[in-house]
Amino acid sequence: MFGYIVRRLIAAFLVVVITSMIVFALFFYGPSNPAAVICNQNGRCTDARQTLLEDALGLNDSVVSQYGIFVKGLFVDRTISTGSADFPCDAPCLGVSFRTGQEVTAQLVDKYPATFSLAIVGGTLYLVLGVVIGVFAAKWRGTAGDRLLVGGSLIISSIPYYIFALLAWLLLITEWKIFPQSVYTPITEDPGAWFSALLLPWLVLMVAQSPQYARFGRGSMVETLSEDYIRTAAAKGLPRNRVLFKHGLRAAIVPIVTIFGLDIAALLGGTVFTEYIFGIDGIGKWGLDAIRVLDFPIISATVLVSAVLVVLANLVVDILYSFLDPRVRLA
Amino acid sequence: MTEVLEGRQPQGDPADATQADPSEPFLVVDDLSVHFPTHDGLVHAVSNLSYSVGLGETLGIVGESGSGKSVSSMAVLGLHNVKRTRMTGSIRVGGKEIVGASDSTMRKIRGNDVAMIFQDPLTALHPFYTIGKQITEAYRLHNKVDKKTAKRRAVEMLELVGIPQPDRRVDEYPHQFSGGMRQRAMIAMSLVNNPKLLIADEPTTALDVTVQAQILDLMQDLQKEFGSAVIMITHDLGVIAEIADEVLVMYAGRCVEKGTCKEILTHPEMPYTWGLLGSVADVSGDTSKPLIPIPGTPPSLLNPPTGCSFHPRCTHKDKVPDGRCATELPALRAGRYALHQTRCHLPDPDAIYETEVKEKIR
Repeated sequence: MFGYIVRRLIAAFLVVVITSMIVFALFFYGPSNPAAVICNQNGRCTDARQTLLEDALGLNDSVVSQYGIFVKGLFVDRTISTGSADFPCDAPCLGVSFRTGQEVTAQLVDKYPATFSLAIVGGTLYLVLGVVIGVFAAKWRGTAGDRLLVGGSLIISSIPYYIFALLAWLLLITEWKIFPQSVYTPITEDPGAWFSALLLPWLVLMVAQSPQYARFGRGSMVETLSEDYIRTAAAKGLPRNRVLFKHGLRAAIVPIVTIFGLDIAALLGGTVFTEYIFGIDGIGKWGLDAIRVLDFPIISATVLVSAVLVVLANLVVDILYSFLDPRVRLA
Repeated sequence: MTEVLEGRQPQGDPADATQADPSEPFLVVDDLSVHFPTHDGLVHAVSNLSYSVGLGETLGIVGESGSGKSVSSMAVLGLHNVKRTRMTGSIRVGGKEIVGASDSTMRKIRGNDVAMIFQDPLTALHPFYTIGKQITEAYRLHNKVDKKTAKRRAVEMLELVGIPQPDRRVDEYPHQFSGGMRQRAMIAMSLVNNPKLLIADEPTTALDVTVQAQILDLMQDLQKEFGSAVIMITHDLGVIAEIADEVLVMYAGRCVEKGTCKEILTHPEMPYTWGLLGSVADVSGDTSKPLIPIPGTPPSLLNPPTGCSFHPRCTHKDKVPDGRCATELPALRAGRYALHQTRCHLPDPDAIYETEVKEKIR
């Protein structure tokens, strides 16, 4: 087990390194010129100033040496110069924002808790709701209750998420004022405000994302309930709900965990629509804003964070598997 | 080991007191029909089946796949989904009527008075729980004991069914057991509450022949010790010959022949039973003699054949005048020997068997 985790961590590290190289290369060979972006910010860009910026930012160096500087910055402090001004960047340095000159790492640490709160609670809510709906749809399969649950979730999942979230915001906050219009506040500052700002986004995530888990959970449960060991459990004299949850769901949950692991990783990498629509200052919104103004250090940082999260989630799911299914031996 | 036998605790259920007739056999199935409504029509899985098993007796139920063997036995445990099953007739377990009984009544019977052993122990045991956990779950469900006592009981049961190092194996998962060991564990689990009736649904089909013999021996030994009634469902007449006192032959959801094991194996009076006997390999006799399979396939239970359900495959139907086999369902009538019952129009089946059939199939 320990050896397995070490080997997987090494592999995960390599994946992250290669991803970072690809991200770096994409921006290096991409059509936009970071120097031009900075230079154009105040609208008074001259060729001379752009050349100066290119030199100062080291954009004329080879891609290998630029990547070397980037990697070195992850471990030691460095200073990023635009020729006219110097910006300090403490390790681990992911660069400084072209627009504000703020350190990307510090901003990431600042904005991440919002995304984390949104993703973890929202993800848990829709997982639980979806699976519970799926279990009961499977229990009542073929009946009107089953059709209602499956049909209802089909309708909800047919609505594009951004429209669903926009409608929720428009109707529930602006129009009917059922939910307060509040600004995201870190939980450490004011747990009440944190909760009230995130409540509707959580509920929207829960309702919009649970249908896929309902359908997946139903399928997995229906399959499990036809297994011989379910009949054995019933033959022992177990109450129906114990057969359903302790024997049925226990086995049916395994494939659901796999999907959820990857899903939550994507969510943790930034819930773009949700953050944007509900004005939550998380890394999804941050990344999207950066794309609009071509703030490359921020874009590459968000891409890198997403890659690390997906790799980690995969690892966690694989390790979790050996706890969920005793037949899986990690070696 | 004697401690194990005393494990049964009286259940404080007033229904226990209403034992109708003390002389009645432990299990009485009377005119049982099990039908499943489907989109294509009504499936006549079991029709008008009657039998009884007393404590200490073993009833063998034989028949092809889909003849209603398992369906009728699962009805005894009330394992059919009530909403998707139409059940009529009567099943009395220890005097208690269970057709139409509430789920809570059934739960007290299931795994306690009546236990079941399933065909494939690999799929019938939960892959994610240890053997010990599955046994203790069954035990604690019907006995108010703490986990430690239950686990001790599980170890005792594993020892009883001949699992070496039971105190270690009790914490292992089904996939760590061999096929025979898994079936032993399954038996241990079904016997943990000292059931009075044990239904074994093809318990040896998934096992190889040597293990098969061990499991059958084990079941017989345990039956002697516990004095329980046993229903052995199988399509293997070899198993029947070894273990059964009485035999019930099923075809298309009906009992077609019933009698003591010896009667059925030596004086069968129904062409379907002849067919079953003809399909058994006899390794001690002339091995060059080909087996005689029954022609055709089992009938659809959605539209069972009119008359005798076996007539489309029967090679003797011409001996019955007026084509009655195709039009009239033969009644279950007394055979030539005591307690023997058969469902056939043939005028003197025993004579036909002696003169025509016996030579061919032996």
